[in-house]
Amino acid sequence: MKPIRKQRLKLVMFIVVGVAAAVGLALYALNQNINLFFSPVQVVDGEAPLDQRMRLGGMVVKGSVVRSDSSLEVRFDLTDYKGTVNVVYEGILPDLFREGQGIVATGRLNDQKVFIADEVLAKHDEKYMPPEVQRALDKAAQTPDATSDDQIGAPAGAQP
Amino acid sequence: MILPELGHWALILAFGIAILLATVPLIGAWLGDRLWMGVARPFAVAQMLMISAAFAALSLSFLTDDFSVKYVAGNSNTLLPWYYKLSAVWGGHEGSLLLWALILSGWTLAVALLSRSLPEEMVARVLGVMGIVNVGFLSFILFTSNPFLRLLTNTPTDGGDLNPLLQDIGLIMHPPLLYMGYVGFSVAFAFAIAALLGGQLDAAWARWSRPWTTVAWAFLTVGIALGSWWAYYELGWGGWWFWDPVENASLMPWLAGTALMHSLAVTEKRGLFKSWTVLLAIFAFSLSLLGTFLVRSGILTSVHAFAADPARGEFVLMLLLITIGGSLTLYALRAPAVKSRISFSERSRETFMLVNNIILVVATLTVLGGTLFPLAAEYFGKEVSVGAPYFNLMFMVLAPALVIFLGVGLSSQWKDTRPGVLLKQVPLLAVVSVPVAFVIPLWMGELTFSAVLGMFLASWLIMATVRDVQHKCGSRGWRVGWLKTTRSFKGMVLGHLGLAVLIIGATLVSNYTVEKDVRMTPGDAHTLGDWVFRFDKMDHLQGPNYLSDQGHFTVETTEGKVVGQLHPEKRRYVVSGNMMTEAGIMAGLWRDLYISLGEKLPGDEVWAVRLHVKPFVRWLWLGGLLMALGGTLAVMDKRYRFRRSKPAPQPEVSSSDASSAALPGETS
Repeated sequence: MKPIRKQRLKLVMFIVVGVAAAVGLALYALNQNINLFFSPVQVVDGEAPLDQRMRLGGMVVKGSVVRSDSSLEVRFDLTDYKGTVNVVYEGILPDLFREGQGIVATGRLNDQKVFIADEVLAKHDEKYMPPEVQRALDKAAQTPDATSDDQIGAPAGAQP
Repeated sequence: MILPELGHWALILAFGIAILLATVPLIGAWLGDRLWMGVARPFAVAQMLMISAAFAALSLSFLTDDFSVKYVAGNSNTLLPWYYKLSAVWGGHEGSLLLWALILSGWTLAVALLSRSLPEEMVARVLGVMGIVNVGFLSFILFTSNPFLRLLTNTPTDGGDLNPLLQDIGLIMHPPLLYMGYVGFSVAFAFAIAALLGGQLDAAWARWSRPWTTVAWAFLTVGIALGSWWAYYELGWGGWWFWDPVENASLMPWLAGTALMHSLAVTEKRGLFKSWTVLLAIFAFSLSLLGTFLVRSGILTSVHAFAADPARGEFVLMLLLITIGGSLTLYALRAPAVKSRISFSERSRETFMLVNNIILVVATLTVLGGTLFPLAAEYFGKEVSVGAPYFNLMFMVLAPALVIFLGVGLSSQWKDTRPGVLLKQVPLLAVVSVPVAFVIPLWMGELTFSAVLGMFLASWLIMATVRDVQHKCGSRGWRVGWLKTTRSFKGMVLGHLGLAVLIIGATLVSNYTVEKDVRMTPGDAHTLGDWVFRFDKMDHLQGPNYLSDQGHFTVETTEGKVVGQLHPEKRRYVVSGNMMTEAGIMAGLWRDLYISLGEKLPGDEVWAVRLHVKPFVRWLWLGGLLMALGGTLAVMDKRYRFRRSKPAPQPEVSSSDASSAALPGETS
């Protein structure tokens, strides 16, 4: 039985070391690749880090979408009705992107606090609101200086 | 019409039958009462009939546009062609659950009909466990998601339409195939639980559950491949895998199922890894349930996340906890009694298969961790998402390890391999693979690390498979030798080659895709790689339930030879107002040319257009199909023929089928 035991032990050790390495790698990879979510008001308040990959979610302000004449660059404002952030994106927008729609953009903040998006997600179900955006909106609506209802009904910056 | 009520009654009857199926045969098996065990088969048939009736009632409601049924009103429309009306049955939450239940009772019926050679207790227990699962799902449907609810006071004149994304051939087939796989693992699960209950975890048990597992796995493989293909052409981004939570939900049971399939092979052939196999069977089915939970609860942000209801999520979570908790408790109580004492050396095929099993499980856990991490973080008040780079990095490490060990494992033998054999075989694989790894990327273009690694692995795997076939053929020569091999060997070869094809596709398409977003008006041309895309004109068409802007593009080679025409579309679905992109694709074995229309820009017929050249993208799905074909071939092996009168041979000293079916009372 001895040699079998020894072999089993070797195998078990090998597996333990391998699994430990995989777990270590997973934690490292996770650490490098999680994208924190921020709402526009957090960006305005300076809570969001500059030049770090993150996600920003909110409603596209009506009338804010401006397209370039020569390239595919699009600029628009994203709001949670408390704060508003300028977003720049170059490329093709998803089918359900439109003004007044809740979206989530992934990208970086530059030092002028303009959000440079490399990905814009709008969901495929019109009725669907990204949960983060919904929560961000709820949170913004609950904070003390957003007490009046009409402020939520008529978002700041909605009418230029 | 009274049809929906009839459907509802049939569903309630099915629920009642499922409760009987979940109790009577199990009690019968426990008491050793043949009469009580014997009702399992009739109940399985009756359950199938009732659920089919309910499903037919719902389908007819869709076909006849009965918008007094809430679910029909929400998911269909008079303008839909009949086949989309039919597929709309599973286009929403309630109907897709009904499809789940239908497929589960279908698998139950199949087990009931094809288990003539199994001991009565085993059949009773397996069908009973499947009945328990169906009780869970039918109560889920009846109490939280009844598809037959009426809108009697406010019947709409027309429906809200099926989500345009789902109006597609890929989506008619994708959910049923995927569910065949998901739910198919319930059979492996039921066999494992039945074996734990009966204390008869022997090679015969592995032999019975093996074909079921393989069939379910093959369905799941095709289902996932189809989903990936659908995402590729329908979402209009040209991507084939997004590491979206819902995709992950289908990948996890697939990885666990792959491990289970291989572990079952060892259990059947060598009587080893029994406890591990049982655990994997529980794991694979739990992940299928978890997948349903993730998709249906809407707790994760996903392209698939349609508006969801938290109460339903809680219900599935409860089912999940009962399943996992219950089966693990049973495992803890019963598994130690079934340990094996068979030895194998560290160079044996068993060892390599065990190592790969562990790699597959680690890969599953990696995906699970990445998928659930945002939920855990949210609990601690942080809103995060895990990006695709995490998953890509993990698979860039785990997949090579898996393929390397797979190649070594194919070169080894059961029990023990002489060291000389491995020392001779393995370097040979490397000698062939290293040049291939550099030549193909150089020929495709730029030399990148991941391209070299990917081609090395594909070549390694193909070489090891070919060597294994050669070894098996022996002196008989390739043709005669190949014909002499068993179907299950042929299936294995095909499956592994499928994996190699998949690796080639994934490597080349990720490394050598060229894509560009451009502004174009009719008359413009853009050069991308070796191709020129010319925008000829724009048509405005009307489809059955949508309006379409259809672009006409001509693709030429840089020498000016016309390759073909592409017609990407932008559709606006009239009822819901949803916009949809239909990509224009010219498919080819070596490359796909792909155009999708973005939005119309200000100006006369100025469009944002995305152009892609995607080399070897078809190989991804071809690889998936080959794997599934391999699984199918393996199941058709002679030894699974149903006329098995004599008990299966036992590789170890244990009691025979009949006497080992000990009463639980005796051993616990």
